[in-house]
Amino acid sequence: MHDEEVLGKAYDGRLMRRLLGYLRPYRAHVVFAVATIVANSALQLAPPYLTKIVIDEYIPARDLSGLTAIAALYLGTLFAAFAFEYAQTWTMQTTGQKVMLDLRMQIFSHLHRLDVRFYDRNPVGRLMTRVTGDVDVLNELFTSGVVSIFGDAFTLVGIMAVLVWMDWRLALVAFAVLPFIALITQWFRANVRDSYRTVRTWIARINAYLQERITGTSTVQLFRREARDYAAFDDIDRAHRDANVQSIFYYAVFYPAVELVSALAASLIIWYGGGRVMENALTLGSLVAFLQYSQRFFRPISDMSEKFNVLQGAMASSERIFALLDTPVEVKSPEIRLKADTTGGVIAFEDVTFSYVPGEPVLKNVSFRVEPGQRVALVGATGSGKTTIVNLLLRFYDVEAGRITIDGVDIRQMDLAALRAMFGLVLQDVHLFSGTIADNVRLGHAEIDEAQVRRALEAVHAWAFVSRMPGGLSTPVAERGSTLSVGQKQLLSFARALAFDPRVLVLDEATSSVDTETELLIRDALRVVMRGRTTIAIAHRLSTIQDMDRILVLHKGELRESGTHQELLAARGLYHRLYQLQFKDSPSTALRASPAQPDLVGRS
Amino acid sequence: MTRSTRFARSGQDSSTRRLLDYLKRYRRSFVAGFACVIAATTISLAGPWVLKYAIDDLNRGVTSAKIQLYGGLLLLLAAVGGFFRFLMRRIIVGASRDFEYDLRNDFFAALQRQAVAYFQQHRTGDLMSRATNDLNAVRMMIGPAVMYTSSTGLTFVIAIALMLSIDSKLTLIALVPLPFVSVMVRYFGAAIHERFERIQAQFSDISAVTQESLAGVRVVRAYRQETAEIDRFRRANEEYVVRNKALIRLQGAYYPSMGLLMGVGALLVLWLGSREVIAGRMTIGELVAFNTYLMMLAWPMIAFGWVTNLLQRGMASWKRMLDVLDAVPAITDPPVPGPIRRVEDVRGEIEFRNLTLAYGGQVVLQNVSAVIPAGTTTAIVGPTGSGKSTLLATIPRLTDAPPGTVFIDGVDVRDIPLRVLRGAIGFVPQEPFLFSTTIAENIAFGVDAADASPDAIAAAAAVARLDHDVSRFPKGYDTLVGERGITLSGGQKQRAAIARALLIDPRVLVLDDALSAVDTYTEEEILHRLRDVMRRPLDQAWGRRTSLIVSHRVSTVRDADQILVLIEGRIAERGTHDELLRLDGFYADLYRKQLLEEELAAS
Repeated sequence: MHDEEVLGKAYDGRLMRRLLGYLRPYRAHVVFAVATIVANSALQLAPPYLTKIVIDEYIPARDLSGLTAIAALYLGTLFAAFAFEYAQTWTMQTTGQKVMLDLRMQIFSHLHRLDVRFYDRNPVGRLMTRVTGDVDVLNELFTSGVVSIFGDAFTLVGIMAVLVWMDWRLALVAFAVLPFIALITQWFRANVRDSYRTVRTWIARINAYLQERITGTSTVQLFRREARDYAAFDDIDRAHRDANVQSIFYYAVFYPAVELVSALAASLIIWYGGGRVMENALTLGSLVAFLQYSQRFFRPISDMSEKFNVLQGAMASSERIFALLDTPVEVKSPEIRLKADTTGGVIAFEDVTFSYVPGEPVLKNVSFRVEPGQRVALVGATGSGKTTIVNLLLRFYDVEAGRITIDGVDIRQMDLAALRAMFGLVLQDVHLFSGTIADNVRLGHAEIDEAQVRRALEAVHAWAFVSRMPGGLSTPVAERGSTLSVGQKQLLSFARALAFDPRVLVLDEATSSVDTETELLIRDALRVVMRGRTTIAIAHRLSTIQDMDRILVLHKGELRESGTHQELLAARGLYHRLYQLQFKDSPSTALRASPAQPDLVGRS
Repeated sequence: MTRSTRFARSGQDSSTRRLLDYLKRYRRSFVAGFACVIAATTISLAGPWVLKYAIDDLNRGVTSAKIQLYGGLLLLLAAVGGFFRFLMRRIIVGASRDFEYDLRNDFFAALQRQAVAYFQQHRTGDLMSRATNDLNAVRMMIGPAVMYTSSTGLTFVIAIALMLSIDSKLTLIALVPLPFVSVMVRYFGAAIHERFERIQAQFSDISAVTQESLAGVRVVRAYRQETAEIDRFRRANEEYVVRNKALIRLQGAYYPSMGLLMGVGALLVLWLGSREVIAGRMTIGELVAFNTYLMMLAWPMIAFGWVTNLLQRGMASWKRMLDVLDAVPAITDPPVPGPIRRVEDVRGEIEFRNLTLAYGGQVVLQNVSAVIPAGTTTAIVGPTGSGKSTLLATIPRLTDAPPGTVFIDGVDVRDIPLRVLRGAIGFVPQEPFLFSTTIAENIAFGVDAADASPDAIAAAAAVARLDHDVSRFPKGYDTLVGERGITLSGGQKQRAAIARALLIDPRVLVLDDALSAVDTYTEEEILHRLRDVMRRPLDQAWGRRTSLIVSHRVSTVRDADQILVLIEGRIAERGTHDELLRLDGFYADLYRKQLLEEELAAS
């Protein structure tokens, strides 16, 4: 079972106080809502009492005009109750919406401050649940839970008070059923919660299985798995049904049991109250009112047990949300920020050591210098630390030992945004956002105008296909750019880098093979983007490597060789061997990454 | 009535009839369930009648023994009624769960029958939503909706009859607000549903923005898009709040107005009923009983509107499920199988005869003719999109070719039972799919558990050069793949898929660019081992296996007995490596380019 499923205790004072803190800006609204709910609960007490007055006073006295007055009063309470309830619902629910907005913004903003390392540990799906699912669970707490518990409690206390006031002896007799109701509710709640969890687990299994079999249809069919898969599905489906049938049992017992207790209350009232009526210790009207109140007694109790579930879910959700919000940000701008000399731009790694998992260094004492305008290729097998260098340079992670400087200034002493503004990053997997082509080039920087976007697209040979699109620059990009080819996406990402005009281009070249024509376009576009810029590239294409001023060869986290392509080949060292192994026979496209491990972009 | 509405009506009738047919197997449950409904409802309606006697007797003066009798009677009625209510829920809702179980199994079986193309036309999300949301809506219609309809309908009829017997005029007056309640439930129900859908749509938007933003966190950071992303998220959320407010405005009025209408009914009874009592036409006990019955009517009224919504939604969902249940599979077994009836009957000669194939109006293969003799290796090269994968897919009938175009051992593949055809072919697709289970189970995917000995699995993995990788995994072959286990690289997935295909001991091995993510060195090793496996006669009756290999690399294909060059759906060149070099066409060009690159680099 997933950690998402675990439900903790129903009430935790610390969490509750923190949650209530979110209501503080809307204090006036909350006070108003509570006031209306109290007023409404009080009004709910009226009808049985009015009935009592009618039976005890107006009917015996045959007072028709008094009767009409009571009816008018009755009507008044109905309309007042309507108004109060509407006001309460509107106030509380809109407040809940505002609180949810605040909370979502806080979570989302925090997520965009949190370290990239955090994303390594937490899959996006889980984070999505925090932002959407968990906040929604809290919403229920704010809108239907907390406030109406006030209402239920108030109604309950109100009824009890009226009963005691009318006839305390009879009231005590009626209250005798309360322990039964408490026991039944407790039994029901515990069992339903368990069986609900079981059902949820099975439904998740069903969905996962179904989804996987749909996606893998051709494999299933090629390997003739239909009959065995059907049997496996039948097992899960059956378990799900059985879990549901179990939970039906609890419901089937609960509702009649509550009715039985309610009937017990009624018969106690008839039996004991009837005796008191005969002794003239109680009026008939009071007896009728007692019966009616006792029926209203059970509604808040079963309501409250439902709200208990809401409360429990909310506690679990808020715990997860607060854990996320409390995750500290490690990579951030320093208090005092130094500015690097804007004219230079010498990048230096000085004895840099780094590990993703403590004790397993990915980079060991790596030192190198990149002069302004120089083009450097990082080469090495998968896991050699190429991507890590890029990750550290952009401060996606902070170095463990040593330092990275730009013009002699440690990048940890620079403003984070200013540091990153120096770089244009192009990744293997091009990430496209929903929006238009132009939006994807300029991203959120509105100051990059249409003409600049167009020039960037032209420079990287992307204009040809963009201009052929129905909406040109304003053509919407489909979900994850599914209508664009791999090559087109890469050209778009070059245009993006170019439009931002960074001092340093950081490139993690894609390994995927594309057709020769596109390959040539990409090759040329890359030259355009690199022109006049410092470039640090994780290069896979032979053509790219050959264009570089210098090649850094990484092996198992160490910098082993450095030089030009020809020099390194002539040296017949590690590079030569890598070359033999990986370039040999490669078609005109790419130098392939060793498949021994997922390429580090996954971790990156 | 126009033609189209008449058609729609008859469609409605037939889907209703289909539903009733489907429900026949639960007939006994429903009959027993309805019997319980009648018993439970009748008994619980007797309660207020006892109350009436009790109060009237108290008003007149009565023995305490009689009062005790009334109390006991109330309790007894509740106990017996409750028992039937318990049975009613268990039987009817239980039957709806049985129904759900059967329907879900049938749905799964229906999907299993469909050809691969069906899943390209229907998005997974859509099919999933039919299997979950729609199935649930149908179940709600069969279970709770049926239960509430029958029990509240009966309550409605009996309660009104009893009220009429007490005072017919008062009954008519008290019932005035009730139709309004029902109308309101329906109106509000529909409007709330619509606004709710709008909220859900916006919620999906928020999810999409979040997903996109978090998945692209590196790009967001590198291009300093944090603020822009937060703004985008805020806009989506603000719209969400606006839509929610529209719902709250409606929902806020919904329950209070229900309370108001029901309250007016109660008020009329109290007011006018008391006048009747004063006039001596009614007793106080009758007034109380009358009032209780009126309260009991409130729920049927609310339920009526609610149930109508359930029924509407349930029928719409049922139709959506029927779309899938009734979809005719595009690729099926031959009605009369040809001479090949067992996997052992397959020798492995493949022939394409004037194969022309188009989909979506686009010609993918044109006049392709080729013979691949049993036991030989044929390689196919060609640019991306030239139809290589489609050609391969026609052999195991993942994609259907026209009749008389694709043959195995001279028999049209359409005349071979699918189980036999696919059992003879080991197919490795370009993007292999692994299931989220252990590596061992993934490799043994195509064989019965009995045939999947750990040794056999390890041997297949060794040929595919997956053995070293697996030895580094925490639990070896029992390591889970996917979300809850390790993530395999593209190359590892491809090699696992090769092992999977080898384990079924296929007559024909098809590799659709199945080594594209494997480095050249490992690829060579795999090909070398494969050659061995291909030659080794596993069964005396047949010699070498037939193999078909698609690749981009000349090194992979040069040793094939025959190389086909496919360009724009046509076979442009064919022959051995040397023959094609002499031909000096696409293949020779490809070869030269790859050589040139090597030389250029080495210079």
